[in-house]
Amino acid sequence: MSHSNNATEQVLRSSGVDVRKCMRCGKCTATCPAFDEMEYHPHQFVYMVEKGEIEKLAASPSIYKCLSCFACVDRCPRGVEPAKVVEAVRLAVIRQQGQNHMKSDDIPALLDEDMPQQLLVSAMRKYSK
Amino acid sequence: MKFSYYPGCTLKTKGKDLDRYGRLSAEALGFTLEELPDWQCCGAVYPMAKDEIATKLSAVRALVSARDAGEELVTLCSACHNVIKQTNHDMATDADIALRVNNYLGLETPYNGETTVLHYLEVLRDRVGFDKIKAAVKNPLTGRKIAAYYGCLLLRPGKVMQFDDPENPTILENFIRAIGAEPVIWGMRNECCGGYVAAENKAQAEKRSSIVMEDAKKNGADTVITACPLCLYNLAKNGGSDLPVVYFTELLAEALGVK
Repeated sequence: MSHSNNATEQVLRSSGVDVRKCMRCGKCTATCPAFDEMEYHPHQFVYMVEKGEIEKLAASPSIYKCLSCFACVDRCPRGVEPAKVVEAVRLAVIRQQGQNHMKSDDIPALLDEDMPQQLLVSAMRKYSK
Repeated sequence: MKFSYYPGCTLKTKGKDLDRYGRLSAEALGFTLEELPDWQCCGAVYPMAKDEIATKLSAVRALVSARDAGEELVTLCSACHNVIKQTNHDMATDADIALRVNNYLGLETPYNGETTVLHYLEVLRDRVGFDKIKAAVKNPLTGRKIAAYYGCLLLRPGKVMQFDDPENPTILENFIRAIGAEPVIWGMRNECCGGYVAAENKAQAEKRSSIVMEDAKKNGADTVITACPLCLYNLAKNGGSDLPVVYFTELLAEALGVK
């Protein structure tokens, strides 16, 4: 329990999000372009962090589906900024030793001749520490 | 008019056309882009977490470099622009981030967000003016129907980027009019192409990009323009469409007769 409390506090502090501002309208999830790829959707990230259910989120592939497009950030009528919660949960995972989701050894197999550096840099920034 | 200029990693490699046509057009329009000395890659994605400091340093170094040159800082890549502008906002408004960054950098004069960050399109709109661009056009792109793809990073978060109305932008459409073409108005112009997810989930990127490209085609576009190398890659490579996708600077250079 105390571990879960610490994890929740860490996510709240790291994201800077006040999850209690959420009024459960679901607009973040409705506008999310990665919605149908996710097990837990943006509104659930907000709600589950409020409930302290970090472990479920941390274990879900959903944390790697967010596109960081800021649609939920801009379109939330309460300024909750759900993407920052998703990012904070992902960081809580990949900051741990051995938990990188993408490794530099994975890169050569992904390359094609047109692929911009920007794609690799941004993926490594999102998926690895 | 002279500006400090941050090209970013991709404009030196796969996105050379965005840079090259941007510089040629700048000279034709009477402003100079002075590349920052020793710039570093911005990281391509804005680190959203409050406790991310190291990942913001390269953006701050670029901002400090422009401040010390006494110039406004111009970006051309949407991603660089987003990272540098959001980081600048942190330095101006988040005392904790600013303190920790300044503690690390140990600058002679601490940095607190003083630099004005402009996207190249903002220079065209706010410093040159679309009227002057229209007057400078030698080969108007008459009859062309161009779909402006904004994507995410130029517009959002709107309250930080302050680029245009994030839900009903007009800057690229006015740019298209200035070079003599007709802008197509379409719904998917500010929805995500899939971005970096293309690295590990090509199918997700294909789905997003196809939705965008189908909408551009359905609305009668003959060309899609963007300011982002990753959007260009996704739309052209993963969009499953025969519509050409080009950088906006290429059309500008064409219209100005410097291509």
